[in-house]
Amino acid sequence: MTENYTALYEEHKKLGASFTDFGGWQMPLKYSSELAEHHAVRNAAGLFDLSHMGEVWVTGPQAGAFLDYALVGKLSAIADGKAKYSLICNADGGIIDDLITYRFGDEKYLVVPNAGNAPTVAAALAERAANFNVTVEDASAATSLVAVQGPKAEAILLKLTDESQHALVTGLKYYAFNEVSVAGHDVILARTGYTGEDGFELFLPNEGAASLWESVAQAGEEFGIVPCGLASRDSLRLEAGMPLYGNELSLERSPFDAGLGPVVALTSKEGDFVGRAALEAAKEAGTKRKLVGLKGHGRRAGRGGYPVLKDGNVVGEVTSGQPSPTLGYPVALAYVDVEHAGLGTALDVDLRGKAEPFEVVALPFYKRQK
Amino acid sequence: MAKVAAELKYSAEHEWIAADGSGPSVVGVSAVAAEALGDIVYVDLPEVGSTVTAGETCGEIESTKSVSDLYSPVTGEVTEVNDDVVSDPAVINNDPYGAGWLFKVTVTEEGPLLSAQEYAEANGGEL
Repeated sequence: MTENYTALYEEHKKLGASFTDFGGWQMPLKYSSELAEHHAVRNAAGLFDLSHMGEVWVTGPQAGAFLDYALVGKLSAIADGKAKYSLICNADGGIIDDLITYRFGDEKYLVVPNAGNAPTVAAALAERAANFNVTVEDASAATSLVAVQGPKAEAILLKLTDESQHALVTGLKYYAFNEVSVAGHDVILARTGYTGEDGFELFLPNEGAASLWESVAQAGEEFGIVPCGLASRDSLRLEAGMPLYGNELSLERSPFDAGLGPVVALTSKEGDFVGRAALEAAKEAGTKRKLVGLKGHGRRAGRGGYPVLKDGNVVGEVTSGQPSPTLGYPVALAYVDVEHAGLGTALDVDLRGKAEPFEVVALPFYKRQK
Repeated sequence: MAKVAAELKYSAEHEWIAADGSGPSVVGVSAVAAEALGDIVYVDLPEVGSTVTAGETCGEIESTKSVSDLYSPVTGEVTEVNDDVVSDPAVINNDPYGAGWLFKVTVTEEGPLLSAQEYAEANGGEL
């Protein structure tokens, strides 16, 4: 697989990061201790390089209608300056990726797919655009994405923006964005994230990424900001009950099994969209195994691929799991037969031959105090 | 770069053993392994009185990201386990060659062991 490096690679090396391959990208796994990074985001702030994510611009007179056809949601209905979580499915209803779409205007949208899927998504969008008056432009290679996440994120951003623009930061609602100048860089500032905390994601051209990164790190120092790698990003999103493509979502899973039924606009969209017939059939057929949260009663964690048991029989499979740093007990996401998926159901996870007790609990595992 | 303690011997599976010839030997995991594992959150150690066998698994080390088997570098009887690392596994990350020791064993036979120099060269550690 091609090794890709973000514009911030040298910054990570300077900080002594250990690296891992993720979706064909050399990304920081952690800088010091992944637990310390995790706690920093919950209690102060964390700085993430997410430049491996894709950025695909969709522009033109039919941009909204095109996205309604290409994705499962009703993207044309997003208000300007707002973002929406959606899925791109294939004709069989399998999930190609989950993504976030930002609406700048009637004729201008930004679609952000996951790193490893970005080329596939860009190609699928380009192919689906054949009968629409739109332009699909994959700007992933030229665009950097930096996230500032945690309760101190807003204070740090305010320190880096001119007072005249403070209202653009403080007034920003969850899943909304503004174009703001941060530390002298024109960025798209979105109040989005993948950690379960308040926070921001900043898009900008590669050229300014290192300078912005250093400015944020410096401004955030007094607030306790630390650079965070993919290890803490994974434990944070798991506590927040957020799915990860490749673990919880795949071509083999339907959005309904993943609990993402509300994302599929079967009733609010009148026209056809890719996957519609298959998704209608999947909804009609119902779900056999659904995604649930599991809480462990012991200290050992379930991991992806471990069988879930009821009275010794396999009734499901763990897709993500680890000890929750914030909660202090093991948590896992798992697909479980619907008859055993009710809240409070006592189940076991087969931990390398030993059945350990778990319980079905509500998601998310962790919810921040607002 | 992770430190390799010069006075110890090592197994290829990243356990160290301190054998001074008098009394039971002390076994732990190297800083190289502790660093690669990430923050350790759970350890499962052999029971006192049980027999461990060189090259065979005798427990488990679980970090936030992964689970690894613990291999015994020697054959012998376990005389003591470090309860402190069971209750606070982070000690292994913080002091793998000291307070983070795992168990003591009366050695009847050694497995294939590497010198600190050999282990450091094979695993990119720093003497």
